[in-house]
Amino acid sequence: MTAIATTSLPPMARRARRRSAALGLLAWVAGILFCLPVFWMLLTSLHSEPDAATNPPSLTASLTLDGYKKFFGAGGGADPAPALINSVTASVMSTLFVLVLALPAAYALSIRPVRKWTDAMFFFLSTKMLPVVAGLLPIYLFAKNAGMLDNVWLLVILYTSMNLPIAVWMLQSFLADIPVSVIEAAHMDGAGLPTVLVRIVAPLAGPGIAATSLICFIFSWNEMLFARVLTGVVAETAPVFLTSFVTSQGLFLAQLCAASVVVSLPVLVAGFAAQDKLVQGLSLGAVK
Amino acid sequence: MTTALNDSPRTAPAAPRPVAPVRRGGKRAWARRAPLLPALVFLIVVTQLPFVATLVISLFNWNALAPDARRFAGFDNYITAASDADLRKSVLTTILLTVTVVLVSVVLGLLLAVLLDRKFRGRGLVRTLLITPFLLVPVSAALLWKHALYNPEYGLLNGAWTWIAGLFGDHSPAQPDWVSGMPLVAVETALVWQWTPFMMLILLAGLQSRPAEMMEAARLDGANAWQMFRFLTLPHLRRYLELGILLGSIYVVQNFDAVFTITSGGLGTANLPYTIYQTFYGAHEYGMASAAGVLVVIGTIVIATFALRVVSSLFREGGNQA
Repeated sequence: MTAIATTSLPPMARRARRRSAALGLLAWVAGILFCLPVFWMLLTSLHSEPDAATNPPSLTASLTLDGYKKFFGAGGGADPAPALINSVTASVMSTLFVLVLALPAAYALSIRPVRKWTDAMFFFLSTKMLPVVAGLLPIYLFAKNAGMLDNVWLLVILYTSMNLPIAVWMLQSFLADIPVSVIEAAHMDGAGLPTVLVRIVAPLAGPGIAATSLICFIFSWNEMLFARVLTGVVAETAPVFLTSFVTSQGLFLAQLCAASVVVSLPVLVAGFAAQDKLVQGLSLGAVK
Repeated sequence: MTTALNDSPRTAPAAPRPVAPVRRGGKRAWARRAPLLPALVFLIVVTQLPFVATLVISLFNWNALAPDARRFAGFDNYITAASDADLRKSVLTTILLTVTVVLVSVVLGLLLAVLLDRKFRGRGLVRTLLITPFLLVPVSAALLWKHALYNPEYGLLNGAWTWIAGLFGDHSPAQPDWVSGMPLVAVETALVWQWTPFMMLILLAGLQSRPAEMMEAARLDGANAWQMFRFLTLPHLRRYLELGILLGSIYVVQNFDAVFTITSGGLGTANLPYTIYQTFYGAHEYGMASAAGVLVVIGTIVIATFALRVVSSLFREGGNQA
């Protein structure tokens, strides 16, 4: 019995190991294949225009930063700086507003929950499911009459409302992990809500708040429909600039790839930084 | 010691603490509600009021180019919208686009999640590689597919084909024009590429939350890999699959960027968001655009009702585990 086991195990174990190595290799191939378009974009952005537009592709052409230089206005094209600054303003400011509104709300939904707090949670979530296009026209008409068209602060307000439900859900799940005794103690010592939020809740839920902010930042940075309809030359954001860049300048593939890399870079950085909490954020806290 | 109120589900994960007994409408109840109110009021004003306005506008015959001719039209816009061939086609396109993108990304995402659910060298790096497509700005991703990959003259797809055919001695292989040849598939492929990582992340979280003892017991009982997948993993994943499908549907139904960028809504790829955008931004038909918007909302509510149910069941299940 033991003799059989010892003689038959090694080949089986070897086969299992070989199978496991093959599956690992398959995962690697899938990963590289999925990322191939991104690598291609990066490589093309570093090629000269003639090298970028060859068929078959010239993989080994010499590298240059011309695409990036031209994107940043060296070729006399439109300057992307205002659009990038608008995107930073809209994303960062809306994320700050979201935190200011969502932190107290999450507190009232987890640490000292109001009655029927789940109803409030699901109300927040349901607003996220209302299609953006359904409210677009009234918002446009309002902005037009209020003189807020082409104003980056209008985007700040809209992005705040777009991300608030996600942030409330995420923060609620992070705040629920804070031991209630710590907060009770602070309240006993006479600390008001703002003090408790800033001094106790924020440090304890720090990583969760950071991940929430990064995800809100990504969604704001990516947004294009509102930005497209509600902004013009002054307040246009980076994604809108990207689309107009193609139509107004004809096609310069290397420059276009450089532009796409530059515009995507903040999102890639934020996304990798939030990688561990990404699922939780995208599933609105339902999956941990 | 505080006692819990009956209406707060104590199984929910995020609310381990009992709700203190408060008198309805009492001062203390308002003190509790106060932190919630700014967010609630803000959200109602910014997201619900515009929708009410949309409902009202949808009842008017209103073209911005002829503002004097604005008049109450009752349900005329809905009748026009429902009998408009373009709009009906865009409803079909939206359904086709959403179903294809979501289902294909779920299947691919599941395969990738199963591959990543095992230990191997460089697993973290492969996971990072796989989520990268999801972290491109959607407009960048769409432009990348349209110009750097699909372009018939110098795109990577045809370029790689020329290179491969060249190896076999064919120096002028067919060079299909992907976007004009199969416009909807072109849009769908770009979206599947971006959404597969999302599905993979959710399903991977589901796989990793399988109870290890259960899997071990099944293995000791002699279950093979397929049986374990079919009878243990898939039932466990059901909720996660539902969640992925529903969240994916909600996002993809609303997609505007890919359609706008890759085909500009031409060649039969105009989905509802794009058509509505066109109706009001291009044709200035405010009443019609609003009626179409209301129709989209009704469609979304149907999906969203299911989605909310799934999220809430996961929400409660998590409580039992915690």
